[in-house]
Amino acid sequence: MKKFFETVVEKILMVSGTITSLTIILIIVFLFSQATGLFNSSVVEENHSLVVNSQNRVQTLTPMQIKDIFDQEITSWIEVGGEDEDIIVFRFSDITSYVSEEELGDEFQFIPQVMSKIINENPAIIAFLPDQYLPNPTDGTRVMDCGDITLGDFFGGEEWFPTAQPAPLFGVLPLILGTLWVSLAAILFALPFGLAGAIFLSELASSRVRSLLKPIIELLAGIPSVVYGFFGLVVIVPLLQDWFNLAVGETALAGAIILAIMALPTIITVAEDAIRSVPRTIREASLALGASKFQTIVKVVIPYAVSGIMAAVVLGIGRAIGETMAVLMVTGNAAVIPTTLLEPVRTIPATIAAELGEAPTGGVHYEALFMLGVILFVITLVISITVEIIASKRPKQIM
Amino acid sequence: MKKVILLALAAVMTFGASAQKLKGSDTVLPLAQKEAESYSVVNKSSNVSVTGGGSGVGISALMDGSTDIAMASRKIKLDEKMKLQESGNTVIEKVIAKDALAVIVNPNNKVSQLTREQLEQIFTGKITNWKEVGGADLKIVVYSRETSSGTYEFFKESILKNKNYMASVLSMPATGAIIQSVGQTPGAIGYVGLAYLTPSVKALKVSYDGKTYIEPSFANSKNGTYPVVRPLFFYYTKKNEAKVKPFIDYVMSKDGQKIVGEVGYIDVL
Repeated sequence: MKKFFETVVEKILMVSGTITSLTIILIIVFLFSQATGLFNSSVVEENHSLVVNSQNRVQTLTPMQIKDIFDQEITSWIEVGGEDEDIIVFRFSDITSYVSEEELGDEFQFIPQVMSKIINENPAIIAFLPDQYLPNPTDGTRVMDCGDITLGDFFGGEEWFPTAQPAPLFGVLPLILGTLWVSLAAILFALPFGLAGAIFLSELASSRVRSLLKPIIELLAGIPSVVYGFFGLVVIVPLLQDWFNLAVGETALAGAIILAIMALPTIITVAEDAIRSVPRTIREASLALGASKFQTIVKVVIPYAVSGIMAAVVLGIGRAIGETMAVLMVTGNAAVIPTTLLEPVRTIPATIAAELGEAPTGGVHYEALFMLGVILFVITLVISITVEIIASKRPKQIM
Repeated sequence: MKKVILLALAAVMTFGASAQKLKGSDTVLPLAQKEAESYSVVNKSSNVSVTGGGSGVGISALMDGSTDIAMASRKIKLDEKMKLQESGNTVIEKVIAKDALAVIVNPNNKVSQLTREQLEQIFTGKITNWKEVGGADLKIVVYSRETSSGTYEFFKESILKNKNYMASVLSMPATGAIIQSVGQTPGAIGYVGLAYLTPSVKALKVSYDGKTYIEPSFANSKNGTYPVVRPLFFYYTKKNEAKVKPFIDYVMSKDGQKIVGEVGYIDVL
């Protein structure tokens, strides 16, 4: 009977373990499958085309050029390799300023003819049209072939305009750099405090102090991140603005400070465990040789626990990189490549959280956000592998 | 235990009577929810369910018949209208309320009025200092909503004439965050719905013709002199008219339009 019971429990444990692993694998597969369509998507918005007069010599445009043309930053065809003519920008909603609504027909059946007339009359026009209204290609018009979104556009692009029309820009460089920049700064702030806290708690604090401090630090981990974010926006942001006399207080520095506070409990708890698990015999040997308590900590205990401490640091970085809500609220979310800590930045998790809600399912924007998820996944994967490698190292042999 | 019974009751009601479904814009959502609540008080047998998701989501739900009314904070697009027509549906449009956007700055800012052209240049990054528009020598800090917001799109269409915002604009996840940041940043400029204005920020007068500057207020939005106003729509198909008419009549009634004012939008009586 007892044996039967044990087998059942073993089976249940095995099944739940398998299910957990399968779920994780499924999530990863889902993440990648949603993201893969991105590089087969056309540069121009789905089901839309850019049409020009067939006499136009410009064959293709980059996404950046398209954006600049439609923002009227580029105003002449000569700037993109064509004739010296002023570009006429045409959006589909402009159609009624060229012709009356009656001319389009009751069921809009005349739109293609009207469009080819407009394009023939204005040789310097560039028209952004839904595909069902494309004029007949033999009528002196030409659909511009701008190709697909390339890896270079995505990973090397410096502008993130996911909803720009006619061509959305998905340059993730500012987002990746923003994420790494904030996380790196956060860990530099958190490391000295975390380490000091861990050493104090494990080596110096009396058991009464420890029993008081430890729950408080663990409580820090339980505060919802949106509360940290709100605290940051209302307290830290105006403070930084005053101290550094900044035009704007929502900066990478504000994000880094909040993230450092949020990473502290992880770092302190894990590092303290590592330090406390240093065998008593080693400590006592050091003291017996005449070393002071301070010398023992610096020369014996910390070197022995260094792999555990490193693991704590890397786990803290992982916490910082994945954090969404607090960062979304205090960093200003401007998608520009950061050069100092006193500038706004936009991080990957904040971008996904802010934009996924309204990105049409299966669309290019949606796929680009999933690709950001993949990038984040790869970064955290590298971090966990690093933790594994560091933590599995044998403690250094002393003397 | 009481809670469980209430929940069960709610569940029964949801699946019980022939339900009217509303889906679409998150801007219209709070208004539609309030309307549905008070409608169910007046009309006990009614059952109106309201879900958000965005204007586009609502209209595509109207196309595949999974909603009776689509809520939208923008006009239906020509190609969406075409698609509905192809499937043999005539779509009916009803403006149920209006929403005005106010351009806000820090209360200590000397500037109190701007033209549309100046606003366009500020938000696209051509004007970067307040002294260029008659203010102090102070860098302009531009706050905007996230790209997913309907407010972002409307402001882009109406003020920026479809040009893109500059890359370094600060995007905030919510209206409350914009007000908080503009209130504590001396050089800030941003935009929020009229209903959200608080004394911690200053609303600018705006001019589209370069001569007359109009203050954003409920009165000016209602009489049409304030230019940054968008209509909020209900869309439904002719086929469904009989089914949705009582609810829409209620929304358009005096009681229904009173709720519009309470939620912070402009009534269309």
